[in-house]
Amino acid sequence: MEFKDYYKVMGVARDATDAQIKQAYRKLARKYHPDVSKEKDAEARFKEVGEAYEVLRSPEKRAAYDQLGQGHPPGQDFRPPPDWGAGFEFSGAGGGESAYSDFFESLFGSQGRAESSGSRDHHAKVLLDLDATLKGGTRQLTLRVPEIDAAGRLVTKERTLNVQVPKGILPGQHIRLAGQGARTAGAAAPGDLFIEVEFQPHPWYRIDGRDLYLELPVAPWEAALGAAVKTPTPGGTVDLKIPPASHAGTKLRLKGRGIPAAPPGDFYVILQIALPPAADDRAKAAYSAMAQALPFNPRANLGV
Amino acid sequence: MMPMSQDQALAGAIFEDSAVLTVRDLSRICAVDERHIVEFVEEGVLEVVAVDTVEWRFTGAALRRARLALRLERDLEINLAGVALALELMDELEHLRRELNVRR
Repeated sequence: MEFKDYYKVMGVARDATDAQIKQAYRKLARKYHPDVSKEKDAEARFKEVGEAYEVLRSPEKRAAYDQLGQGHPPGQDFRPPPDWGAGFEFSGAGGGESAYSDFFESLFGSQGRAESSGSRDHHAKVLLDLDATLKGGTRQLTLRVPEIDAAGRLVTKERTLNVQVPKGILPGQHIRLAGQGARTAGAAAPGDLFIEVEFQPHPWYRIDGRDLYLELPVAPWEAALGAAVKTPTPGGTVDLKIPPASHAGTKLRLKGRGIPAAPPGDFYVILQIALPPAADDRAKAAYSAMAQALPFNPRANLGV
Repeated sequence: MMPMSQDQALAGAIFEDSAVLTVRDLSRICAVDERHIVEFVEEGVLEVVAVDTVEWRFTGAALRRARLALRLERDLEINLAGVALALELMDELEHLRRELNVRR
């Protein structure tokens, strides 16, 4: 187990005041909060910061940690001394659902933690492939479930469930599994499990609520003259009619071909003009001919 | 925890489609006081859909919003007005990101 330098995590000096610690926490929490942050390892950093704050905000825990910290450079292998914690009374305030590190658990494990809220309903969040909502079907979901073990500590267990994903579920919606929450002693029935659904990015389709967007490249003559072009959609390839005089950014709607929710979403095609390369003499000649035939100033709007 | 059968797929229903939530429901599912849910409504964090009945009703989508608001409150130690403002700005940000993606 590694010794964790909570002062370093928070970016404060060892003699920082409570006010400085609070300030540092708030700043870091806003930066790394998983709901707000776009940082890559936001969730891990947020937990680390939360754990450090949990210790440094409490006078008892901080004093105990400081005493321990003398002579333990961070990263070094660490075992708590046998007399650890003697003379300190931990108040056990605060604490969220997140599991703390082994280091924290070994120091404050069973005493320092707030009990779970007592709700029998459980919540989880999963990332599904878009196909799951387009076609429905069974997916194997692995959830991390906090549990209280025999020693009264909160541990995180993995739980695997096979779940039939309802066709047409939208990002942000929940799958409710009745009776799959926690079973508390004395309660007649277990709570429910609420699984919030988000989707992995799709290589072609962009998901916006119930609608899907596809950027479709077309040749200049297809856009100018109109054409019927093959277009992938969730329901299979279709022949899409490109109206004459289309341009880059033209948005075409295929009604009801988005996510099959109630009501179903739409499928939007946004045209992109792809230029054929002027790779050989024939292609160059074709471009020259076009330049001569068409009096065209693409920068007319810029006044030049 | 329930003993789990691995081979049988659990049939899940879309919560938001059927759910009509009361203050009590939200309070239970989010494990907070009913008073707290009422404060969310008063601050405009949550929207009541049916006011005609004796009791307030929410759509299932309110669950996600309530939970998000609670996380912000707890983790960032911000007050209700701050949560409401953060949620509005997050909505706007999401909207702008979408627009950007469409135009990109």
